[in-house]
Amino acid sequence: MSSFTSWEVGRRAGAATAVIVLVFTVLSAAFFRAQIVDHERFELESSNNRLRPLPLPAPRGDILDRNGLAIAENVPGYAIKLLTQHEDSLRVMVDRLAAFLPEMEIDTAVVMRRWKIAKHEPVLVFDSNDPRVVFKIEEHRTALPGVVVQQAPRRNYSLGAGVGHLVGYVQEVSRTDLDSNRYPGAVSGDLVGKLGIELEYDSLLRGRPGIRYVEVTSRGRAIREQTVSNAVRPIAGRALATTIDLPLQRFVDSMWRQDLPDMRGALVAMTPQGAILAYYSYPAYDPNVFIETYRENRDNPAIPLYNRVIQGRYPPASPFKLATAAMGLRRKLVTMNTRMRLGCNGGMQFGSRYFRCWKREGHGSLTLTGAIAASCDVYFYQLGLMLGEKAIFEDGVRFGMADRSGIDLRPETRPAYPRSLESYVNSRGASRWARGEILNLSIGQGENAQTLINMTAFYAALAGDGIKRAPFIVQGAQGKETHNLDLTGPELQGLRDAMLAVVQGGTAAASGGREFNVAGKTGTGQMTSQADIAWFLSFAPVENPKIVVGIVVEEGLHGSSIAKYAVRTIGRFLIGPDTMALRRADAILEDEPLLGQVGGVDTTPPIPLPPPATPRPDAPPTRPR
Amino acid sequence: MSGRHARALLTVVIVLALFGLAVIYSSGQTDAPSNASGKWIGQIVWLGIGVVAAALAYRTSFRILEWGAPWLYAITIFLLVLTVVGLGGAAGTATGTTSWLQIGGVRLGQPVEFAKVATILMLARWFAARREPPRTLTGLISPIMIAVVPMLIVLKQPDLGSAMVFAGILFAALFWAGVGVPLLVLLLSPVVSLLLAWNTVLWSAWMVVLFILLVIWRPFILEAIGVYVANSVAGVLLMVVWTKMEVYQKNRILSFLNPEEFRKGPAYQAIQSKVAIGSGGWFGTGYTEGPQKRSGFIPEHWTDFVFAVVGEELGFVGVMVALGLLLALLLVLVRIARRASDPFASLVVFGIVGLIFTHIFENVGMTVSLMPITGIPLPFFSYGGSFLVALAICLGIGLRAAGESRASGYVDF
Repeated sequence: MSSFTSWEVGRRAGAATAVIVLVFTVLSAAFFRAQIVDHERFELESSNNRLRPLPLPAPRGDILDRNGLAIAENVPGYAIKLLTQHEDSLRVMVDRLAAFLPEMEIDTAVVMRRWKIAKHEPVLVFDSNDPRVVFKIEEHRTALPGVVVQQAPRRNYSLGAGVGHLVGYVQEVSRTDLDSNRYPGAVSGDLVGKLGIELEYDSLLRGRPGIRYVEVTSRGRAIREQTVSNAVRPIAGRALATTIDLPLQRFVDSMWRQDLPDMRGALVAMTPQGAILAYYSYPAYDPNVFIETYRENRDNPAIPLYNRVIQGRYPPASPFKLATAAMGLRRKLVTMNTRMRLGCNGGMQFGSRYFRCWKREGHGSLTLTGAIAASCDVYFYQLGLMLGEKAIFEDGVRFGMADRSGIDLRPETRPAYPRSLESYVNSRGASRWARGEILNLSIGQGENAQTLINMTAFYAALAGDGIKRAPFIVQGAQGKETHNLDLTGPELQGLRDAMLAVVQGGTAAASGGREFNVAGKTGTGQMTSQADIAWFLSFAPVENPKIVVGIVVEEGLHGSSIAKYAVRTIGRFLIGPDTMALRRADAILEDEPLLGQVGGVDTTPPIPLPPPATPRPDAPPTRPR
Repeated sequence: MSGRHARALLTVVIVLALFGLAVIYSSGQTDAPSNASGKWIGQIVWLGIGVVAAALAYRTSFRILEWGAPWLYAITIFLLVLTVVGLGGAAGTATGTTSWLQIGGVRLGQPVEFAKVATILMLARWFAARREPPRTLTGLISPIMIAVVPMLIVLKQPDLGSAMVFAGILFAALFWAGVGVPLLVLLLSPVVSLLLAWNTVLWSAWMVVLFILLVIWRPFILEAIGVYVANSVAGVLLMVVWTKMEVYQKNRILSFLNPEEFRKGPAYQAIQSKVAIGSGGWFGTGYTEGPQKRSGFIPEHWTDFVFAVVGEELGFVGVMVALGLLLALLLVLVRIARRASDPFASLVVFGIVGLIFTHIFENVGMTVSLMPITGIPLPFFSYGGSFLVALAICLGIGLRAAGESRASGYVDF
């Protein structure tokens, strides 16, 4: 038993104790390293493991009119999403939700498709603005693991299609947009503006989304909301005060739908300083349901997606005579009282061609004032010949006829106007140019196509101090000066008096504009493939203009017959709803439920759609008559 | 004197049992559905059975144990053989192994846990019967065979963890019996060779060192040649063994060597366990509150990885308390072994030390990626009937040894 003597055993016990203590020290050191030294790394990993971030959408800023009325605002809405990692469990959960909420039309196939795009993010099952649906889900939480209810404020445009072209629409930011950085600062899932004000002022309106965390199990099922500190609150977008007069916009909308339901066209109202008061294009899309109605709108022959205020180009026709007159005045070729060599007898021979006046029986001998009031073509043919093509091109450019108006909305079409004889020849071919073309240009026909916004801005300059300004929806009290018409005060006054005469007894005598001292100019342009283009450009009151209104209607009507709509708009603005003539229109309006508040309309498109097709090319160029 | 060791052992054991029960209760508190819920009630039942088993062991004389060791050894080996000839069933981390004895689908227990105890008794009996420990490798063949037979059977299951426990028991017995360090080193040398064979330079260096050691220690020439050949073969054999291994065993070894690469696969368990432990910090997330556990990220969090729950919920402090209690248990048992009344009792108690120590080192080391993943339970903390009962028997024996320790002739503490 020598190996079991007390001394031997004691020695071995000591060695064994040493080994055991050593090993336990090593183990303790390993725990110290993991739990104390690397604690933060593992804590982070633990959080990453079980906390799934969910974006908290930022409320988009309201779009307000000049008096603070909401053009676009947010209404509460909810997105019901599912958080899962396996296709089968997702299918089961979607089916269970569908059975649980039969009133919601849940399409499993659509949800599965969405899930395949981003498998690790919660997949949208459906949107709802009905809090009862949310309550029902919350009550049965335990039976619906993985279901996440997210706040999803939805955009509501109370005027619906009445402000469609003005506000544009919003849509979830697409992969392409993110890749091209079209919306700086936008992150996946954000709503971004796609047209109109929503696009132009997107960076102001869009806030920054926050993040909240949902605790999940190792199988990816949500257990509970993580309420602790590390949630990031969303930053709301800023409200945007515009220059729009919402009651006026509403009036225009109801007037047009009431009286011109089959007419395509646009109306824009602004102050002489360029602040847009109403901005209306008809037909229009309803921005509340843009995505849902996209296909229908795209295939509509009336092209509701086409913005006739800034995209539509039309031969300016008679309203351009004011430009011709202004050219003559500033070049001191004529005064308001100048009579032409030939009186009007219904037309005029020039070279081998006979150029008609719109009035067969002729106007006789007229002063410039009289010629504007009667819109006499023969007078302006002769004035054009006095100016010559060089002056017409030069001054047209000076008046901004070749440039975009510069309004802070996209996509504005550049007007077609030759900057010089060379550019005319370049675009149309040398053989097209003849001196006779001067006659066409001088009455706003020929190689000339203008947008409503640009023509209205020109008339705003005539109504004001002779300086053309870029119209604006949002910025300061005055638009950026773009062109100086270079007319003296008396010359401007003379033109305004002539335009007053148009309404008092000229071509717009039947418009009812006398009541408000409206000054204006009618016009009827011709397009090859379509019927007439009717214009009326006006402002009031003539002695101190407060509002400039331009209207264009694509077909079927004469300038003199649409003047009354501009006049009614002016009356609504100057006097308000309490006039006999206007009461009827407003009564209709009040009986009508506001568009966009009807039904649960969703503005957050679940699936990114292809960008809207480009609108049809501009109206074909005009041909001289 | 002796009563003090018995009291110390009893106190540590009771505290550990309650601590373990509390952790198993917490294991059942999860948000994700798991098999752990309600296991604490089962643990109470097993603890009760354990107390009875411990009492019976305590009442059994060491003479009876010495006499019955071969029988117990034979019976447990027989049961162990049954598990590899078609009566086995899988469980725990070691999915794919047949460590359970089951008949007609009813699980009867894991014979390996009792085989470990029987092997301890058998080795103690063999050494106690000799005045001197063997001085040659040849003389060690018999005790080595005693441990290697069950070891080979469990490797067949295959249960690498338990095989390592048998190795631990063998070396504990050899050491306590007084076998010299040179012999132990030579005995271990083929294993060292096997491990170093990964790297040719290291392996070559080892073969040189071994040669020098053989020259210094001067064993019998044939044994020296045998050891050298065994080392050479082990080095060459590595690749053969490797190709014979099961895929999951290979993956476990590979993932132990490089866990990040196997993040989603076999190393997932090791990483999740370490994440849970690391996120515990100084004081942990609070009892029953561990989020990794609650969300089901810790694998087998009521059996093999139960210590990760301790780490996550009770933090470094809780881990130190648990390790401190386990260390105290081992040191008390070492002292009992030292003061045992006769060599057999002393060898048995130290064999128990080897058993418990190997379990702790493997299991706790596994949770912090110090050791490869092997599905063996942690004493007192892991839920499991067979091991708990086997452990209770060991502690009953230890308690008796403490009570019988000699009252004279040795230096008192």
